[in-house]
Amino acid sequence: MAERYELKQKEVWDGNMAASHALRQAQVDVVAAYPITPSTPIVQNYAQFLADGYVDGEFVMVESEHSAMSACVGASAAGGRVATATSSQGYALMVEVLYQASGMRLPIVMTVVNRALASPLNIHGDHGDLYLGRDAGWIHLIANNPQEAYDMTLCAFKIAENEKVRLPVTTNQDGFLVSHTAQVVEPLDDDTAYKFIGDYKAMNPMLDTKNPQTYGAQTEEEWHFEFKASQHKALMESPAVIDEVFAEFEKLTGRKYNRVETYKLDDADVALVVMGSAYETAMVAVDKAREEGIKAGLIMPRSFRPFPYNEIAEKLKNVKAVAALDRSAPMGAMGALYNEVSGALAANGQSSIMTNYIYGLGGRDTTAQHILEVIKETEKNAKAGKRVTDLQGFINLRGPKLSFN
Amino acid sequence: MKNIGNLKEFACTPDRFQGGHRLCPGCAHGMIVREVVNATDDDLVVSTATGCLEVCSAIYPYTSWDVSWLHIGFENAAAGISGAEAMYKALSRKNKLYNEDRNVKFVAFGGDGGTYDIGFQSLSGATERGHDFLYVCLDNEGYMNTGGQRSSSTPIGAHTTTSPRGRVSYGEKHRKKDLTMIMAAHGAPYVATAVPGSKHWKDLAAKAAKALSTVGPTFINALSPCTTEWKFKPEDTVEIGDLAVETCMFPLYEIEDGHKLTINYRPKNKVPVEEYLSKQGRFSHLFKPENKWLIEEIQKEVDRYWEYLQRREEAGV
Repeated sequence: MAERYELKQKEVWDGNMAASHALRQAQVDVVAAYPITPSTPIVQNYAQFLADGYVDGEFVMVESEHSAMSACVGASAAGGRVATATSSQGYALMVEVLYQASGMRLPIVMTVVNRALASPLNIHGDHGDLYLGRDAGWIHLIANNPQEAYDMTLCAFKIAENEKVRLPVTTNQDGFLVSHTAQVVEPLDDDTAYKFIGDYKAMNPMLDTKNPQTYGAQTEEEWHFEFKASQHKALMESPAVIDEVFAEFEKLTGRKYNRVETYKLDDADVALVVMGSAYETAMVAVDKAREEGIKAGLIMPRSFRPFPYNEIAEKLKNVKAVAALDRSAPMGAMGALYNEVSGALAANGQSSIMTNYIYGLGGRDTTAQHILEVIKETEKNAKAGKRVTDLQGFINLRGPKLSFN
Repeated sequence: MKNIGNLKEFACTPDRFQGGHRLCPGCAHGMIVREVVNATDDDLVVSTATGCLEVCSAIYPYTSWDVSWLHIGFENAAAGISGAEAMYKALSRKNKLYNEDRNVKFVAFGGDGGTYDIGFQSLSGATERGHDFLYVCLDNEGYMNTGGQRSSSTPIGAHTTTSPRGRVSYGEKHRKKDLTMIMAAHGAPYVATAVPGSKHWKDLAAKAAKALSTVGPTFINALSPCTTEWKFKPEDTVEIGDLAVETCMFPLYEIEDGHKLTINYRPKNKVPVEEYLSKQGRFSHLFKPENKWLIEEIQKEVDRYWEYLQRREEAGV
């Protein structure tokens, strides 16, 4: 039995340490991982927990992220709790196996520290990796600060392993801005945290060799569609469980999470869609805008997948103009948040004026002042009742102004 | 370790790899797999790389496997099985095993594509980490599942669809990679070569039994003559495998603890390589006058390697 780790009521942790302790408290049976900046400390912390006897599972130090996720698949199919961590290029190397993990309905938890994708090489935070895994069939939860990185990771196990869900889950935190920024975190004690997650519930474990199981069979045109559709159904129906888990977590901690988070949105004319650490920066900008008489508000999908279409549309019902802020190179299109939110509004017959801003790529600083400018631009659309600004703008980009219409 | 008795007795072992699979008539894969999975009485968890064996043995809603079985991708059979083995260790330590009364062994199968090439990193990593598993390479010397493209296991001179013979080409230009020695160089406790068939069936089954009872990573490189792409008659599979051994194109040996080499079979009269080459369509162009020099080169290389194996065995280091 692993040693109990004595925690203070308030710890000063960065996002990596917060995620590491959540993995430790989940008493994961197998962690297979490969270190990569900026998530390396999660792997190192876990190794130290193991060396000090705070973890009694297996820690497999594989030779690549591809093998990390492959070993996670093998371990999870074998029948036990499994987790890993990664970022950026490591995430990219895993992508093939991410699809396989979700296709086999394996409840693996991956703490992702978001980082830009090369080329050019960059170790800092953006959402290029998260967007790369968008269609991989995983649930993607967003954490904006170290406390949320801890909380979301605990919730992730409970969501993933729920028998109605049985899907892998990532928790996402911004590289450096969250992963390496120490803040006060209020952890649960080990017993309470483990009790919240609960014992692992096995479903069709390969190691129950008296009842042999087949994982990863071949399906062609007769069956592939049905498998993928049922996987999609599980994702589309997972919000009920996510809500349940968030409610239970609130009861335990008083910290309330929602699949759609909002800030001062109730009477807003202008709304920004933004997720990750910039959400907190945007809160400051919203406050400033309101001091200047602009009714601004914020909205964020806490679960990027499954995407809360109808909830977002409902909350934006009375908003006149919406700017979606995407922290990923859009590469020939509008950003993903722009597309999803526009789709959500259109599907519900709503016609808020939509614009898209690209920001923060490769860790580029985005300040409250930058976001205040975006709010002011968006307000122009709200006032005009039509789009009078560019369709796609770029925040804090050097050089001549870049925009697309 | 399971005692491998006579063939009749061994053939009566309850089958863990059932018939009805869709491998080609005359394919050696099924023979090798049956021997391996029946070479232990312990329970098995098997992983299989994408390839002929995988696509022919588990097409939903059917399976030939009467053991727990996992297929992830082409390049990660070893990583996948290493994860399953790690889970076994973890649950064992935590007293959470599903069947306390059963021993479980871990086996991965991959073709030469999934082993020599795209899966080599994953195999090397799992071996270096010391997982307790047996990896069996079903070496049919090319990417046969996708229509016979070359691999780094394809022997020099062989025609494949990506190293075709042509007006100015004699086929594959490079020597077969010596994967068995590379695996031995990892320091794995047990590494061996094998062929399926009537003459050496017991050698293969005994090697599988030995590997499965060895703690740590073990590796068997099993030559798997491919009727479809090597171009010989389906009924000649066993003869081709035996000829590979009799010509020393594919000698039978084992290496323990990374260094101790034992030759398991010495042909009484080493058969010339022409005998082996001439029976396979993939080498037929080598018998044209302009290519005959290559047959001589292949013979020289086979002789050199056989000499090398014997000297290493004698040296006992």
